[in-house]
Amino acid sequence: MFWKLTLAIALGFILGAVALGFLPLLWLGFGQAFHIDDYLPRVVVFTLKQAFLSTLLSVAIALPVALALARRQFFGREALLRIFSVPLALPAIVAILGIVGVYGNSGPFGGLFSIYGLKGILLAHVFFNMPLAVRLMLTRLESIPAENFRLAAQLNFSAGQVFRFIEWPQLASALMGIASLIFLLCTASFAVVLILGGGPQATTLEVAIYQSLRLDFDPARASILALAQLVTCGLLVLVAGQFAREIQVVPPTLARTRRWDGKSRFSKILDGLLIALGIVIVVPPILSVILSGIGSIRPDGSLFWASATSLLIGLASASLSIALGWVLAETAARQPRTFLKSVITLACLASLIMPPAVLATGWFVTLSPLADMSRYAIFLVIILNALMALPFVWSPLYPAITDSVQRHDRLCSSLGLSGLARFKLIDLPVLRKPLGLAFLMAVIVSLGDLSAITLFGSDSLVTLPALIFRQMGNYRMNDAAGTALVLAAFCFALITIAQRWSQSHDHT
Amino acid sequence: MITLENVGFRYEDMVMNFNLQVAKGELVGIIGPSGAGKSTLLSLIAGFDDPVSGRISIGGADMEGVAPDQRPVSMIFQDHNSFAHLDVWTNVALGISADLKLDTQQHERVDEALTRVGLSDFKARKATELSGGERQRIAIARALVRDKPVLLLDEPFTALGPALRRDMLDLIREIQVERKLTILMVTHQPEDARYAASRIAFVQNGRIAHVLPTKQFFAASAPVEISAYLRG
Amino acid sequence: MLKIFSTIIASVIFASLAQAKETLTIYTYESFVTEWGPGGKVKEAFEKTCDCSIEWVGLGDGVAVLNRLKLEGANTKADLVLGLDTSLTAEAIGTGLFGKHGVDKGLAKTPEAWADDYFMPYDYAHFAVIYDTEKMASPPKSLDELVNGDPAQKIVLEDPRSSTPGLGFLLWMKAVYGEGAAEQWKKLQPRILTITPGWSEAYGLFTKGEAPMVLSYTTSPAYHMVAENTPRYQAAAFSEGHYLQIEVAGLIEASPEKALAQKFLGFMMTPAFQDIIPTTNWMLPAGATDTALPEAFGKLVAPGKTLLFSPDEVFKNRRDWVDEWLNALSK
Repeated sequence: MFWKLTLAIALGFILGAVALGFLPLLWLGFGQAFHIDDYLPRVVVFTLKQAFLSTLLSVAIALPVALALARRQFFGREALLRIFSVPLALPAIVAILGIVGVYGNSGPFGGLFSIYGLKGILLAHVFFNMPLAVRLMLTRLESIPAENFRLAAQLNFSAGQVFRFIEWPQLASALMGIASLIFLLCTASFAVVLILGGGPQATTLEVAIYQSLRLDFDPARASILALAQLVTCGLLVLVAGQFAREIQVVPPTLARTRRWDGKSRFSKILDGLLIALGIVIVVPPILSVILSGIGSIRPDGSLFWASATSLLIGLASASLSIALGWVLAETAARQPRTFLKSVITLACLASLIMPPAVLATGWFVTLSPLADMSRYAIFLVIILNALMALPFVWSPLYPAITDSVQRHDRLCSSLGLSGLARFKLIDLPVLRKPLGLAFLMAVIVSLGDLSAITLFGSDSLVTLPALIFRQMGNYRMNDAAGTALVLAAFCFALITIAQRWSQSHDHT
Repeated sequence: MITLENVGFRYEDMVMNFNLQVAKGELVGIIGPSGAGKSTLLSLIAGFDDPVSGRISIGGADMEGVAPDQRPVSMIFQDHNSFAHLDVWTNVALGISADLKLDTQQHERVDEALTRVGLSDFKARKATELSGGERQRIAIARALVRDKPVLLLDEPFTALGPALRRDMLDLIREIQVERKLTILMVTHQPEDARYAASRIAFVQNGRIAHVLPTKQFFAASAPVEISAYLRG
Repeated sequence: MLKIFSTIIASVIFASLAQAKETLTIYTYESFVTEWGPGGKVKEAFEKTCDCSIEWVGLGDGVAVLNRLKLEGANTKADLVLGLDTSLTAEAIGTGLFGKHGVDKGLAKTPEAWADDYFMPYDYAHFAVIYDTEKMASPPKSLDELVNGDPAQKIVLEDPRSSTPGLGFLLWMKAVYGEGAAEQWKKLQPRILTITPGWSEAYGLFTKGEAPMVLSYTTSPAYHMVAENTPRYQAAAFSEGHYLQIEVAGLIEASPEKALAQKFLGFMMTPAFQDIIPTTNWMLPAGATDTALPEAFGKLVAPGKTLLFSPDEVFKNRRDWVDEWLNALSK
């Protein structure tokens, strides 16, 4: 009963927000003539092509890097993993300037290849998504019971056999989810495609939707394009769901994880190279952001208020996102493969399937006659950011909750534990670690958000990314670089705090 | 058969030091409070943990620097003894060859082991589809095909009911006799040790405080900390 | 921390409630009202002339302002709109929301005589290719030289679908080449490093050293000379002439504050407003000034010829021209 009620509220909230965004647009466009020219198929093909290649590359690199990182303990490993979370917090333009600072014409690796065109898009998408995939894969790998590796040591498994019998089964259940998340992120990618794409030959659906909403103000065309996006991505999520394996329940163990595989020199060198590959992709652009920001920070009032505003919005939207994600995951974990489960999965990915620009326009049409929108801007930003963070909350939370549900449900019902009591006694302590990761990711996503704040922000509501963009818009490129450094440092500090927190409660 | 001389180990704040002698063909129970170091003792013998000092020898051979798979030891854990997504037959066959290339004779050995533990009808089932007791039988079958002289049991039957536990202990004892195995069994259920073991080691604060024949262990004359532990 | 958070929430929610006085709500683009933009000083100056207050609503850019009006229609809270340019005014008038300004059109000091009854100009600048003097010794002297020049020397452009300078350059090409514009775009293509969604990204790439040229305004070098004291970035003068951007303001006909809005438009053409513009908005004043322009403005390129389509021409053709551009560069 408790979960049914909360599910109805959460699902109603998300689907309501999406409907409130999309239906007014459809209604505005209804009856207007729209033409489908050969532009639309071309855009769809390019969207899918770049997203497919970006996903393939990100996952293909992340898989061996994550395996190598799971195998090895070394000085700086924790710091490296924290750095791996930073790209998620960087607004696209900041990350792109970082990438340009390394591989661009004036960068130390300039001239290796042109970063403008498909190669640049792929490079930037790998920079954003490979470390994300590594983090998500590592959480799965780290939940492998220690006994599996002991057994492997006793049975003298080779690296290949450890992969085949232990690592792959554990990853396979999460891989489809990770890949579809990255695919949708790349489909929804906007600034990267426009800035590094080199020209209109690189146009994605998201760009086309933005154009038809903005310059042409053509709701009919926008709703057709949004429908195309909805159908393409929705189908993809459903198909991926069919291929996804059920998550395997792995009860925690008390044994310390130690590994005996990878002792050979070849394996050590290979892992070293793989970890170096991860570092080479992720670290230099961030370093470039740091170097161009050092000495350019303007510690004035606007920087202070923007930091505080970012933190407030980040914490608020992360809390909302966690609340929504939790309720949906609790229900989905108890569902067999049914229609409801598909609806829940789609709802979690709503912000990636339905472009924020469409949602914002629709909300505006519906709500502005009722209330002064600028007064409620902060709440709209928080809600939109929460929806945008939901996919990132979902990935760590859903497997963990499935696990907890399968392990504790019978015992809890036999003890008559339910609702909030169970939540406090059983779920909260057990889920501390994945919960920490989910919350962190949600905060980071909204820290780096530039689209919701651009759509609803006002002169009294400025976050760090909005400040960066304002400074750039006023020729103040150096100040902007300084603010970008503050944002990156902010994010790194939050990750460090979160990690300390989850470790300080780690003694079971 | 197994000798531990001043085997030192440190985990967080806990300093451990073990001395133990086990003869060939013995079944020694290991009992003691939680966190006393019982599982660590088995891990050291199996090679999953490395001692910081002292000497472990099995069958007269010094085990220092010997990898887990090179030791004459099989170990059965409380849980996770099988790979959930593989079928029963494959899980056992992994004990012979990790690349699963088995000749006819090895095939037969796997089949025999499965018959011996009573799983011959479940060969093609996934490990996840079996009950807890059946899953532990997989581990016993695998130990059979591995055919190592020492078997280490780390609370393998804790999750099972009393009758089922008794059946499993009977199976272990039969195999012990057939194969002349030396067995160390960590357990939380003193009655299991009483039923199966010839001697019992009492582990406390990282040390083996007493090793007594089973009868004396449960006798009224047993040292006071043992009777205190047994009373709960 | 909680105190800081509650201050933020309060400032956002109550920003629009505070004033009891007559309030003029002005929709404008965001950079006009940032701490570096003219907004704050303009508000201060205007509020001295009346017992009233200005409430700025900053919305992305000019296109975003117009879209907001279209969405709100008659419900709009705007009394006045500041920050559209002449490629948007025909469309803006089409909404039926705007009223005639009633200000003396002779006050406008634009390169061509001002004739619009609905909008008054407050500043202007010509689009120009800005180049890095440290990387380029001889910049192109004409659009033709730009189009046919060395493809190794790249330019960063903005997307006409999402940015004002991008649309400005598209109109520039169209004004010079007419029917042959598509052909010329194809010739230019190898020189284009990339086409960014907005001015900020393009200018960021340019100052980062990615390309020796970027599309911006003739006034851009003034910023570098005044604020950064460097003559490194200069505008290239093109012999065919430069396309003009004129930024305008207009009043909402149905607004209860129409009289105040009219007063503001009059104020906008006086030195009290115009003197603020050059070093905050980095554009040229379109009305009377008291103080002379900073010295750096005297060093700027003064286009020999001004190119400008009428608002109606832009309104009628924009979509076709953007499609033409899209097709020229997509294949």
